[in-house]
Amino acid sequence: MSVASHFSYWVTILLMVAGLYIVIARGNLVKKLIGLSIFQTSVYLLYIAPGKLIGGTAPIVSPAFKIYSNPLPHVLILTAIVVGVATLALGLALVVRIREEYGSIEEDEILAADGAGGDDE
Amino acid sequence: MRGFLVLRVVAKLLMPFMLVFALYVQFHGDYSPGGGFQAGVIIAATMIFYALIFGLPAARQLVPEALVETMVALGVLIYAGVGVAGLLLGGNYLDYFVLAHSPVHGQERGIFWVEVGVAVTVSGVMLKIFYMFAGRQRSAEDE
Amino acid sequence: MAALTLGIALQRNLYAVVVLSGAYSFLMATALVALDAVDVAMTEASVGAGISTVLLLGALYLCGGEEAKPLTRPWLPLAIALVIAGALVYGTLGLPAFSDPTAPIHTHVVPRYLHDALRETGVPNVVTAVLASYRGYDTLGETTVVFTAGAGVIALLRRLRRRKDGGHKA
Repeated sequence: MSVASHFSYWVTILLMVAGLYIVIARGNLVKKLIGLSIFQTSVYLLYIAPGKLIGGTAPIVSPAFKIYSNPLPHVLILTAIVVGVATLALGLALVVRIREEYGSIEEDEILAADGAGGDDE
Repeated sequence: MRGFLVLRVVAKLLMPFMLVFALYVQFHGDYSPGGGFQAGVIIAATMIFYALIFGLPAARQLVPEALVETMVALGVLIYAGVGVAGLLLGGNYLDYFVLAHSPVHGQERGIFWVEVGVAVTVSGVMLKIFYMFAGRQRSAEDE
Repeated sequence: MAALTLGIALQRNLYAVVVLSGAYSFLMATALVALDAVDVAMTEASVGAGISTVLLLGALYLCGGEEAKPLTRPWLPLAIALVIAGALVYGTLGLPAFSDPTAPIHTHVVPRYLHDALRETGVPNVVTAVLASYRGYDTLGETTVVFTAGAGVIALLRRLRRRKDGGHKA
């Protein structure tokens, strides 16, 4: 087990942790959503990297090629990408509504406004 | 962006090619990378491009809101309809091999219609979301 | 990509962050092509760098494009992130090496898909065949998810459309 054999996993982990850090350490809601999408793209790498066979080709069957990379993760990740953008769209719609109600998209300002004036609702 | 002549001319030249490319990606998805999702997103991107250059009211006139909302639901209905057609013709839900005279042709026909449904829904939803975001007035100054 | 992510984390002008995330998405698509995932790369490039950028810019126009300075230095989240990274690296030591043909991912159901897809469905692109035929239910669910997202956005943003006096439009 050398660095070269597991390098793809470590790249994935780096991106995943960077996305997680943006989500938990930044207060701006739009930036949190961007961090979440970075996290999601790292998960795509996590699934697709093990499917690759060196010397293989894209999984489109043709008489000229014998070895193909694994098509099953591609199918799952196609679904995941579309679901990810759907989540992003809904999240952004929620952020726009929050902005209109509270006047800010910073997390601590929203929590302060909620705690001060929201108890009588 | 209405006043920039170069942008308007180039946009009008590019848009048919973008739409043809989207159709190519859709129908050639059986033989090359592509398929319903990519084609749907490219169609939505073409319309968003038109809206960016010529303004949102012009885009709304070209593709009215009612049409977009219909497309959103129609794609899912097409997909579910293929499944029900499989039921009516004798197989299980979403069985493709009963749809035509030979199982392989049935598979091809089923895959074709399913991808059409997916492309219609994806393009409709992306375009509708863009219309909603772009058509909203910024109300921060009113509060 | 790591440099882009660092820039996204540290940059406070949100329009710049959106541009950086578009560049990140294109780099990810390139990496996916290098990994032979051509369908996925096309989808990631069009969806991530196209639609996501447009939606983020639309949201930023409605919300304001500057992020406030954080009040305290974020040491605790950084420590949590590093601990999680360490735990994950330890976990991946047991995973199969890169491009190992005997890994379990290549040996169960995929040889059947690769052998029989052309014969059973008449479609050479195995990803399309699996997506639309072998795993058609999942694609039905995904289309429904996209539809639900559209319906949800319509439900959330339907009011206050183009009324200059600020009144609600039912």
